[in-house]
Amino acid sequence: MIPIGHYLFLSLALFIIGVIGVLTRRNVIIILMSIELILNAVNINLVAFARLFGDVAGQVFAIFIITDAAAEAAVGLGIIIAFFRNRETVLSDEMDMLKW
Amino acid sequence: MTPSGYFLDHVWLVPLFPLFTAALMLLAGRRLRNGAVSALCVGSVAASFVFAAGAVLQLVAADPAQRVKQMILFAWVPAGPMHTAAGRLVDFVADWGVLLDPLSSVMVLVVTGVGLLIHIYSIGYMGHEGGYYRFFGYMNLFMFSMLTLVLANNLLLLFVGWEGVGLCSYLLIGFYFLRRSAADAGKKAFIVNRVGDTGFLLGVFLLVATLGTVRFTSAGLPVPSAYSGIAQALAAGIESHALAAGAPVLTAIALLLFVGATGKSAQLPLYVWLPDAMEGPTPVSALIHAATMVTAGVYMVARMNALYQLAPLALEVVAVVGAATAIFAATLGLAQNDIKRVLAYSTISQLGYMFLALGVGAFAAGIFHLMTHAFFKALLFLGSGSVIHAVSGEQDMRKMGALWSRIPTTAKTFLIAALAIAGIPPLAGFVSKDEILGKAFEHSPLLWLVGFVTAGLTAFYMFRLVNMTFFGTSRVDPEAARHIHESPRSMTMPLVILAALSVIGGWIGWPVALGGVNRFERFLEPVTRGATPETAAEGVAHHTMAGGYALMAVSVGIALAGIWLAYAFYIRRRELPGRVAASWPRLYRLLYRKYYVDEVYDAMFVNRTKDLGTALGAFDAGVVDGLGVDGAGWLTRATSRLSIWWDTWIVDGLVNVVGRAVRALSYPVRWVQTGVVSSYALFIVLGIVLGIVLLGYRLH
Repeated sequence: MIPIGHYLFLSLALFIIGVIGVLTRRNVIIILMSIELILNAVNINLVAFARLFGDVAGQVFAIFIITDAAAEAAVGLGIIIAFFRNRETVLSDEMDMLKW
Repeated sequence: MTPSGYFLDHVWLVPLFPLFTAALMLLAGRRLRNGAVSALCVGSVAASFVFAAGAVLQLVAADPAQRVKQMILFAWVPAGPMHTAAGRLVDFVADWGVLLDPLSSVMVLVVTGVGLLIHIYSIGYMGHEGGYYRFFGYMNLFMFSMLTLVLANNLLLLFVGWEGVGLCSYLLIGFYFLRRSAADAGKKAFIVNRVGDTGFLLGVFLLVATLGTVRFTSAGLPVPSAYSGIAQALAAGIESHALAAGAPVLTAIALLLFVGATGKSAQLPLYVWLPDAMEGPTPVSALIHAATMVTAGVYMVARMNALYQLAPLALEVVAVVGAATAIFAATLGLAQNDIKRVLAYSTISQLGYMFLALGVGAFAAGIFHLMTHAFFKALLFLGSGSVIHAVSGEQDMRKMGALWSRIPTTAKTFLIAALAIAGIPPLAGFVSKDEILGKAFEHSPLLWLVGFVTAGLTAFYMFRLVNMTFFGTSRVDPEAARHIHESPRSMTMPLVILAALSVIGGWIGWPVALGGVNRFERFLEPVTRGATPETAAEGVAHHTMAGGYALMAVSVGIALAGIWLAYAFYIRRRELPGRVAASWPRLYRLLYRKYYVDEVYDAMFVNRTKDLGTALGAFDAGVVDGLGVDGAGWLTRATSRLSIWWDTWIVDGLVNVVGRAVRALSYPVRWVQTGVVSSYALFIVLGIVLGIVLLGYRLH
C-alpha cells in the first residue's frame, strides 16, 4: 500500500502548479485549466484520505467536485467565447472594463 | 284731457328712426352701396320729420291750454326714496319719456326739418368722399341724440342727448381724422364741452338735492297730480315759502346749468371750440354747429325757464354773457378770411343774441331767433359749402370773388340768407332780431345798445363775406377757375327751400307793432309762463307803438349802414380795408389773432394741463417706475445675488466638501483595484496563505 505522504505530495505539487499557473498566465483558458489542476489536487486528497480512513464520503465528495468542475468549465468557456466576440481577446490583463 | 292722435301717440318713434339706421350704418354700412346708404339714412330722417310734423299738427289742433303731451315709456332710473336737502322724502325716478309741448314742437320741427334738408344736401356734397356710410351713420346718430335731447321729459334724459350730440360733434369734426388739425379740433370741442358739462351735471345734482325730481313738468300726463315735476315743485315751494324767488340755491342751480349751456352753445368763455369745429365737413357745420346742436343750450335754458324766472340774478348773468358774446364774436368775424370761420363767429354772435333774449326774460323771442337762425345760418353754411365745392375746396375768401354769375342759385340764396341775418325787413332775421332788441330795450338800454352795435357789425361782416365771395374781381386760382360749376340738384334744392324759409319763416312771429299778432309768442306762452303768475315773463309785446317803430327804424338803419360800409370797403374802394388795417395795425392784429384768446387759454390752461401731465409723467417715471418697479427689481436682484452666493458656496460647497472628502479617503484604496485579474488572484492566494499561517499560529 502506497503511504499517504505520496498522495499528499502529488496533490501539493499539482496544487502549486495550478496556483502558479493561475497567477502567472494571462490567457484565461490556461487559467481555467490551472483551476482544473487545483480542483484535481483536492480530489486526489479526498480520495486518498477516503481510502486511508475507509470512509466512502470522501469519494462521493470527489464525484461532486468533478461534476462541479464540468459545470464550471462549461460556464467559464461560455463567458470566454462571449467575451472574445466583443473584445477579440482572451487575455486577462485586458479585461479591465470595471476598472475606474 | 291730453290731446291724442296717431302721430301724437307715436311721437316716441321720432328719435328711433335715425337710431335704427345709425346702428345699421355703423355695424354693416361698409357693405352697402352709396345709393342704399342715402336712401336709408335720408329716408329715416324723412320718416322722423313726417312723424314729428304729424304730431305737432295734432298738438296744435288741440285747445291752447291743452297743448302738451307727455308719455313715460319706462322708468329709466328708479332710484327709490330719497331725502331732499330740505328733508322732504321723495320717490326719485328719472323716466325715459317724451314731452311734446309748444317749445319742443318748435325744436323737433327745426331739427327734423333742417336736418332733412341738410341730409339731402349731403348726398351731393359727400358723394365723392370716402367713408360715405360712416358720415351718414354719425349724422343719423346725431339726429337720434338731438331728438332725444329736445323730446326728453326730464333733465337727466336731456343730458343723455346732450352728451350724445357732443359725441357726434366730436366724431364729425374729426371726420377727416387723417388730418391732424381736424383730429385736434375734435378733441378741443370735446374737452371744452367737458368743462361746461361739469357745471351742467353739478347743476342737475343740486337740482335733485333741492327739488327731488328732474322731470320738467307733470303736465300732459294722464294723472298729473300723481307725478312730480320741476315746475310743480317750484310752484309748491314758492307757495309754502320753502323757496323764495331769488333764493341762492335756485341762482346756483341756474348758473351751473348755464355753465353747461356756455359750453354747448359756444358762449364766453367757452366759445373757443366752435371756430375750430369748422374742420368738419360743411354739412356738419350747418347741421350741428349752426342750426341744431349749438342751440341746445338755448333750448335748455328756455326749457328751464320756470327756474330761471325765479333766479333773476342768473338771468342777468345770462343776458350779460349773451350780449358780451354777441359783440365779441361779431368783432372777431370782421377780420377772418376763412369763409367758414366768419360764419362760425357769426353763429357764436347770434347765439349770444339768443341768450340775450333769454336773459331779459323774452324766452319766446330767444326760441324764435333760434328757429329763424337755424334757417338762414344753415343756408349760409350750405351755401358756403356749395361755394367751396365750386372752387375746388378753397375756403380762403381772398382766393374767391366774382362768383355771382358762375354759381347763380348758390349766390342768390346766399344773398337772401345774408339779408336775413343782417336784419332787412321783411326777412326772418329782421323779425326775430327786432323782437330781441325790443325786449332788450325794455329791460336795459345798455344791453340794447350792445345788441344794436352787434347788428351793424353783423351786417358789415356778412356783406364783407358776400362781396369778397360773389362780387368784385375774380381771385380764384387759374387751375380752380376752369372747374367752377354750380352744384348738383340735391345740393341746390335744399338751398332754395331754406331760402324760402329764411324769407317767410319769420312771419309767424310778425310783431304786433307792424300789425301782426305774434302767433309764435302766443304759441309758446303756456311754456314760458313760469312757475307762478307773479314771476311770469312779461306777456305778449306791449311796448308802445311809437317806441317800437323807432327801434325798428334804427336797427334797420344800422343794418343798411353796415351793408353800405361793406359795399364801400370791398367793392367801390378796395384799397380802404388795407389802409384801415394799416392805420390801426395793433387793433387789426388783435382782431386777426382773435384777441389772442386761444394763446391765453393755451398759456393758462392747456399748457398748464400739459405741465401737470409732464409732472405726473415724471412722477410716474421717477417714483412709480423708478422707485417702485425698478427698485423692486433691484431689490430682487440683490437678494437673488445673495441666495446665489449662498447656493454656490454653502449648499453646493457642502456637497462638494463631502464628495472631496470621500475621494480623498478612497484614494489609497484605489491603488488596490488594479483591474488586473491576476493580481486579484495573487491577493486571494496571499490572503489564504496569510490566513493559513495565522490559523496555524493560533492553533499552535
